Amino acid sequence: MTRYLLRRVGQAAAVVVGLMILTFVMIHLEPGSAARATLGPHATAGRIAIFNSTYGLNQPLYRQFLTYLDQVAHGNLGTSYSLQQPVSTLIAQRLPRDLLLLGLSTVLALLLAVPMGIYQAARRNGVGDYALTGVSFTLYSMPDFFFAFLLIALFSVQLHLLPPDVPQVASVGALLADPQALVLPVVTLALVTLASYSRYMRSSAIDVLAQDYILVARAKGLPQRLILLRHVLRNALLPVITMVGLSFSWIVAGAVIVEEVFNYPGMGLLFYQAATSHDFPILLGSTLVVGVATVLGNLAADVAYGIVDPRIRYGRA
Amino acid sequence: MAALDAAAGGPEVASLDGAGRPPGSEEARARRGSGRLILATFRENRLAVIGLGLVVLVALFCFVGPVFYRTNQVTVRLGLATLPPGARHPLGTDASGYDVLGRLMLGGQSSLELGLAVSLATTIVGTLYGAVAGLVGGLLDAVMMRVVDTFLAIPSLVLLLILVNLFTPNLWIIIALLTMLSWLGTARLVRGEVLTLRTREFVQAARMMGAGDGRIVLRHLVPNAIGVIVVNATFTIADAILTLAALSFLGLGLPPPHADWGTMLSDGLNYLFDGYWWLVYPAALILIITVVAFNMIGDAIRDALDVRLQRP
Repeated sequence: MTRYLLRRVGQAAAVVVGLMILTFVMIHLEPGSAARATLGPHATAGRIAIFNSTYGLNQPLYRQFLTYLDQVAHGNLGTSYSLQQPVSTLIAQRLPRDLLLLGLSTVLALLLAVPMGIYQAARRNGVGDYALTGVSFTLYSMPDFFFAFLLIALFSVQLHLLPPDVPQVASVGALLADPQALVLPVVTLALVTLASYSRYMRSSAIDVLAQDYILVARAKGLPQRLILLRHVLRNALLPVITMVGLSFSWIVAGAVIVEEVFNYPGMGLLFYQAATSHDFPILLGSTLVVGVATVLGNLAADVAYGIVDPRIRYGRA
Repeated sequence: MAALDAAAGGPEVASLDGAGRPPGSEEARARRGSGRLILATFRENRLAVIGLGLVVLVALFCFVGPVFYRTNQVTVRLGLATLPPGARHPLGTDASGYDVLGRLMLGGQSSLELGLAVSLATTIVGTLYGAVAGLVGGLLDAVMMRVVDTFLAIPSLVLLLILVNLFTPNLWIIIALLTMLSWLGTARLVRGEVLTLRTREFVQAARMMGAGDGRIVLRHLVPNAIGVIVVNATFTIADAILTLAALSFLGLGLPPPHADWGTMLSDGLNYLFDGYWWLVYPAALILIITVVAFNMIGDAIRDALDVRLQRP
């Protein structure tokens, strides 16, 4: 297990470094863009030159990259050009909020999608299956910003039940103290992801239902409910676990749209604003978070596999 | 996507795939070939027929509709702005005074063309890349696939946001960017297909008879992988239309003289709470119907092929 984990982390580290190089090259494709975006369209050549030398942007690209790696190794992610705050502080403020948003919505999505997929598989090609397939197709095919607006129009404007945006508070505790404001963003994200989780659940449950051990379970007279709970659920969960693990990396961009609609002060919004204002340190810092989240997500999925399916062993890999 | 890797290279998974399916049907499928299978799908599967019917209707509406329903979509007329639906404008007018029904046709042309163009480019690039990696194998394959892994590790919207801000978006740049993001999944898929196909007896037989690489690819690998490729291409159209809509909402879509459903919808949402429902719901409806229709077609063909496809 340890050796397997080490190897996986090693591979993942290579991917993260590749990712950083890629981002670094991409954002530097247009020289001087950061200075112009930060200082405004009327900045003089002299000001731009001062800006570039202050942030080391006038050095060769490989030098800048090495300097950046050195900084990161010392726990320094640089300072945001436009917000003039350390990137690590900004990320530390926002990351917990995203963990809250994505955690809650993932749990909600799974609570709905897992029973839904198993029900659909058990009643394959029945009326209920078709109806739920229709629902998940529609949800999947709906632009998420439109779906968010529909919910706002219904629950905030028509019924006055829920607020349409999130209070701009500092801590997760304060967000939790006002749970009403969290309902719409969480429900939007959950229902948007529900479709793909339930489709995966349905198709893997259909595969499991065709296995011999299900036939054996039927033959020994186990009631349908127990077959579904004991045999199908556990075995059909594997692909869904992979999906959930992969969605860790969505912590930055997955919620950009939802955060924009509900003005949720998370990583997505930070990243989006940094991308439009060419704020390189934030872009690089966020990419680093994406990379690390991807690695952690994959590892978490691997560990979860072992718990759900004892046939999986990591020793020999 | 990493699921494939995890299952193949990482943990030991005992007999999770394929076992337990009735062998007869599998052979029958293999005999029929994917091309004919796709035709058979449309004959047998109602969902696929409905999906195809909807796509044809929407395409007729967008491309033939303007011939019969002529509107001025060029000059802004603020005097005619936000008129409610009536006899002269069945779906009202928007904030610039354009007729909404006519604009839906025009916008649909961009959305459909963009979806098709991205799908076509994705399929060509992804298939070539995947086929080369799968056929050549060895070190080249390993390097090519690690490149794909690295790109896939980044959520596509992250890449897109960085890139869109670097270029001034126009139709071609958006097509190129969306293609850059979606060919990765196709490449993986095709490589996987090629890896399994090239060990099959009929490919070996063809090789024994002296067929070269080119002939093997064109006459044996591509026709047998075409089902998977078509399914992927169908989903890509749907995803591209949706991604363009998301970009438009973030203000990074096609620049103003262009009309597309996503831009119409996100512009219209500004007026939703002023009661101008006709600026929102018609565009939303046709966008969703179109995306659902493409997804239905893809899903039906995939069911027929019984391939465990990964949706990106």
